[in-house]
Amino acid sequence: MALDSSDVEKIAYLARLGIDPADIPDYARNLSDILAFVEQLNAVDTTGVEPLAHPLEATQRLRPDAVTETVDRENFQQHAPQTEAGLYLVPRVVE
Amino acid sequence: MHQKTLVELAAGLRQGEFSSVELTRACLERVGRLDEQLNCFITVTGEQALAQAQAADARLQSGEAGPLTGIPFAHKDIFCTHGVKTSCGSKMLDSFIAPYDATVTQQLNMAGAVMIGKTNMDEFAMGSSNETSYYGPVNNPWDVQRVPGGSSGGSAAAVAARLVPASTGTDTGGSIRQPAALCGVTGLKPTYGRVSRYGMIAFASSLDQGGPFTRTAADAAIMLGAMAGFDVRDSTSVDRPVDDYRAGLDHSLEGLKIGLPQEFLGAGLDSGVADAVTAALAEYEKLGATLVDISLPNAALAVPTYYVVAPAECSSNLSRMDGVRFGYRASDPQDLEDLYTRSRGEGFGPEVKRRIMIGTYVLSAGYYDAYYLKAQQARRLIREDFLKAFETVDVIMGPTTPTPAFRLGEKADDPVTMYLSDIYTIAVNLAGLPGMSIPAGLSDGLPVGLQVIGDYFAEARLLNVAHRFQQVTDWHEQTPPGYE
Repeated sequence: MALDSSDVEKIAYLARLGIDPADIPDYARNLSDILAFVEQLNAVDTTGVEPLAHPLEATQRLRPDAVTETVDRENFQQHAPQTEAGLYLVPRVVE
Repeated sequence: MHQKTLVELAAGLRQGEFSSVELTRACLERVGRLDEQLNCFITVTGEQALAQAQAADARLQSGEAGPLTGIPFAHKDIFCTHGVKTSCGSKMLDSFIAPYDATVTQQLNMAGAVMIGKTNMDEFAMGSSNETSYYGPVNNPWDVQRVPGGSSGGSAAAVAARLVPASTGTDTGGSIRQPAALCGVTGLKPTYGRVSRYGMIAFASSLDQGGPFTRTAADAAIMLGAMAGFDVRDSTSVDRPVDDYRAGLDHSLEGLKIGLPQEFLGAGLDSGVADAVTAALAEYEKLGATLVDISLPNAALAVPTYYVVAPAECSSNLSRMDGVRFGYRASDPQDLEDLYTRSRGEGFGPEVKRRIMIGTYVLSAGYYDAYYLKAQQARRLIREDFLKAFETVDVIMGPTTPTPAFRLGEKADDPVTMYLSDIYTIAVNLAGLPGMSIPAGLSDGLPVGLQVIGDYFAEARLLNVAHRFQQVTDWHEQTPPGYE
């Protein structure tokens, strides 16, 4: 499927990905090429084939619901862009 | 000293020929002198390495040393290292000092290995040439105009140039085996779930697997022994004892059945690579192995399947890079939306953006069944081909890559052409199988890799098969000119 510039803008918005308007035609071309390439898969008959999510077909392992570690907030926040009083700061969301 | 293998260095340390501090200094000196032209390292951790080396020397003195104690290694910059920058090759994480160690980091520390630095890589491991790194490309020591392969390009080139005896890598679609082939070193991607992914920055979680680069299979056995193991902190880690990878290295290959997938030996294969692989297979026949033609009829689906599954998983994994809790944040955000959009727009490079967008698209409403579900079905067909093949053969062999190292910039503008350089490695990740690349010859002065693929958890068998080959050939001893 060929993507045009408005498709690229829509996808970039969904991914919250800022892209330079000047680069949009290049992305439209590259992404269309990649999609055309993966569309080879359409030629394969996969009727009745169970999708494979995990190469070893393992299922989610469960553990006992016990406290094993505590969150080391100070350590983790040390390299955050902006914090205050143990909170991560972002621009005001609610006026 | 830099020409010694890990096994030889471990013996030298034990016999007191040199100390770990001396060995570490020698590595750091070589990195300081030669890495400017290669760009293998993003961060060199000299001071920390010397402190680790001192501790290792004390352990060696007290007789509590293991085979890795005091051995310098380079760590791919995708593994979290407490207190040390962990960039994943991205501007997004240029300021990220990891607040904890990856399990692999912890295990290598416990074994007494000495980390001398963090290696360059394609941004978030997305690339086959190391050209997508924010820190610039790595140059191949065999020809600095050529790529080292990717994404673990720095780790492969550092071992090839004899800067370190061993390094770590990760392999999502060939990122250990492909650079190992292009740089002429030994690389091993274990079975999915064998090496913990905890603290290994995620690209495509159902495919990512860590493993070692070394010069020899015997060295890889030691590295893998330290890296492998069950980890409760990785939900897809497999709870199964780790084999003694060194014990069976010398087993005879008499009667070994080697499957040759016809799909890997046809059109598109460089003639120099084909000749080297043919010669390597003849060596195996001399060692007592039998060659059996096999077919992997769905092999051609591997690359297209991968470029749905991997971007889908990456678009989800990389959503955590949002400029809020760690990593890059755009200056003066107008509102929260602007903070997310510009932090991600300015922090990610073009290849990462392409993959996030492909992933976002194939997972979006209305397209999920056509792309993602279809790819997961194709993935099963690819896996079944291998399972069927392993009913009749012990290992599968073929070229690791279709060509030797290509020139810097040669494929950089055409993503699909670049993706096809992983045509022989990707199916192995989709199936979750272990695979190795070992040096098998030179084509116009550039290394050629032989890929050896095994059944699930057959790492010991792969190492044995590689080791026996290395005892009767010297391709793994070839050193890039200028690095002898």
